[in-house]
Amino acid sequence: MKIHEYQAKSILKEYGIPVQDGIVIESKSEGRAAIDQVSKEFNASQFVIKAQIHAGGRGKGGGVKFSPTAEKALENINSILGMQLITHQTTPEGQLVRKVMVAEAIDIAKEYYVAITLDRATGKNVIMASTEGGVEIEEVAAHSPEKIIRETIDSDGLQPFQARKIAFALGFEGEQFKQAVKLLTNLVTCYIATDASIAEINPLVVTEQGKLLALDGKFNFDDNALYRHPRIKEMRDVHEEDATEVEAGKFNLNYIKLEGNVGCMVNGAGLAMATMDIIKLQGGQPANFLDVGGGANVETVKNGFRIILSDPNVKAVLINIFGGIVRCDRVANGIIQAVSELGLSVPVVVRLEGTNAELARELLATSGVDIIPAGSIEDAAQKVVAAATR
Amino acid sequence: MSILVNKNSKIIVQGITGSEGSFHAGQCFEYGGNVVGGVTPGKGGQTALDGRVPVFNTCVDARLKTGANVSLIFVPPAFAADAIMEAAEAGIELIVCITEGIPVSDMVKVAEYLKTTSSRLIGPNCPGLLTPDEAKVGIMPGFIARKGRVGVISKSGTLTYEAVHQLVRVGLGQSTCVGIGGDPIIGTKMKDLVQMFEEDPETDAIVMIGEIGGSMEIEAAHYIRDHIKKPVVGFIAGQTAPPGRRMGHAGAIVSGADESAAAKMKIMRECGIRVVDSPANIGETVKEALAVRV
Repeated sequence: MKIHEYQAKSILKEYGIPVQDGIVIESKSEGRAAIDQVSKEFNASQFVIKAQIHAGGRGKGGGVKFSPTAEKALENINSILGMQLITHQTTPEGQLVRKVMVAEAIDIAKEYYVAITLDRATGKNVIMASTEGGVEIEEVAAHSPEKIIRETIDSDGLQPFQARKIAFALGFEGEQFKQAVKLLTNLVTCYIATDASIAEINPLVVTEQGKLLALDGKFNFDDNALYRHPRIKEMRDVHEEDATEVEAGKFNLNYIKLEGNVGCMVNGAGLAMATMDIIKLQGGQPANFLDVGGGANVETVKNGFRIILSDPNVKAVLINIFGGIVRCDRVANGIIQAVSELGLSVPVVVRLEGTNAELARELLATSGVDIIPAGSIEDAAQKVVAAATR
Repeated sequence: MSILVNKNSKIIVQGITGSEGSFHAGQCFEYGGNVVGGVTPGKGGQTALDGRVPVFNTCVDARLKTGANVSLIFVPPAFAADAIMEAAEAGIELIVCITEGIPVSDMVKVAEYLKTTSSRLIGPNCPGLLTPDEAKVGIMPGFIARKGRVGVISKSGTLTYEAVHQLVRVGLGQSTCVGIGGDPIIGTKMKDLVQMFEEDPETDAIVMIGEIGGSMEIEAAHYIRDHIKKPVVGFIAGQTAPPGRRMGHAGAIVSGADESAAAKMKIMRECGIRVVDSPANIGETVKEALAVRV
């Protein structure tokens, strides 16, 4: 689960990490009061107005504006709140900006990068830091990997010597070195305590006054661990997610919308991906990923159909179920009932294999429901692509 | 022979009194009869599977009384990491965890803990293992498989069944099928299993089914290039998956260029693996590979 910058900063502050402070507002009418409050509380005379959306690249897209005066800040609040912000991480239509952060402007002397994530190769968390802050870290990783300092973290946290090692490698001295050691240690503590899967400060800055602080903050959290972090769970913003995917989630369906016109409904994530792949190889384009999981019954099939067909691009649907624990005859009954209740407008190709597949095929054949039966996964893909292009 | 499990395996099921656990324990029992007991804290002294096997409070009790060397775990995600460590501490050699949805930080601790023991973990979030006609340790449907000489390694559940089905259709049986799971941290990686199949005299060819995310397939491919003589057929699911999106499995996400299906398939081919573009060609390709060899 992702959260906004302002939420990330509130978590960082809780763990004793200094941040660029500010106030979040959702309506333009709150603009003047927010500016006044930021002036007073943080002793600011200049401001930065920052769009709060989950996607990265906000600055380049025009969603982050330095404002040298209160008047300019108000102007920027009015232009950013409610805009469709387009970045390299959003859809081409962009993301509606519903919240902005009115932040104190910071005089930056130097920028750094620091992040923690899981290294899957070792099964351990790793903290990465670099003096190349404020830029795309992927670029640094690709072109000058030697500039990224890495330390592997054991489950009991960052050892003091590791924090010192990173702080020295980043070139910190004196008072700033002490601040850096503390900040790095606190960030690791925060990452572990919150079950984060990514914690990133980019950039971490040294101000003209010599103080270290997080100018931005980004967290991803492990969905599987949210049950033990109710406060973080509440930070979810469904406006930032695809509405259909949110809807599918309510029925325990794992749906991801894609650009093609062949809808698919499959049991199991691996087989679902393989089904999308074979549709492409047969000359079609998958419209979605949809894993109905282990419980492919009437309700799941019905909801699956509804969700797939809410995408107007879908011209045909492929149902590919390999029954292991799932019984194909039950799935067949689900399909028959769903198709007759929903009265489908597009061709549906059905491939059922595994437990009770013979019986299921018979049920479908004698039901009178207008579906196209298929044998192998290849046969199914050919048939559905043909149906979609007809 | 086979790898990891066979007719001599003695299996206990942790979480045997839960609905998932009791159903699948029953299926495993009926397949090979090697389920010797179960563990549910607080229900020690009772029986499960209609009185056919005893239930113990702890894994240690279960191992001492039954001589179990394999544990199959169906414990809810919040308690699964603890269950894995309990099994390891009790000296169970092979731990198979089916549970889906275990927090990553729990698995970081489990991985550290397991290094201090001699236990091997398969999974979590996996369908388990099947050595046809000998032992089923997990949730794979036994009836689709046939005894034979092809080893199957896969990150996926139903895609494994698809591959096994194709093998059977071209007349090839399996030595052992292993579902390793699609989570970011798993106990046993592809490389380890490729090595076991290479050393197994009753395996002639290996099927390796991966997916987007992580670097395990590439690690295995390099190992295969350097050490494996048996033919290996590979497939990577997710050629059409968009970057940055998690495709069902917690670990199935392209977070860097090397984690895409195209990148993995390219390296696997360079390492001498017969990589199929289409998931429909797995069975045929294994057959061809074995024909060339003879």
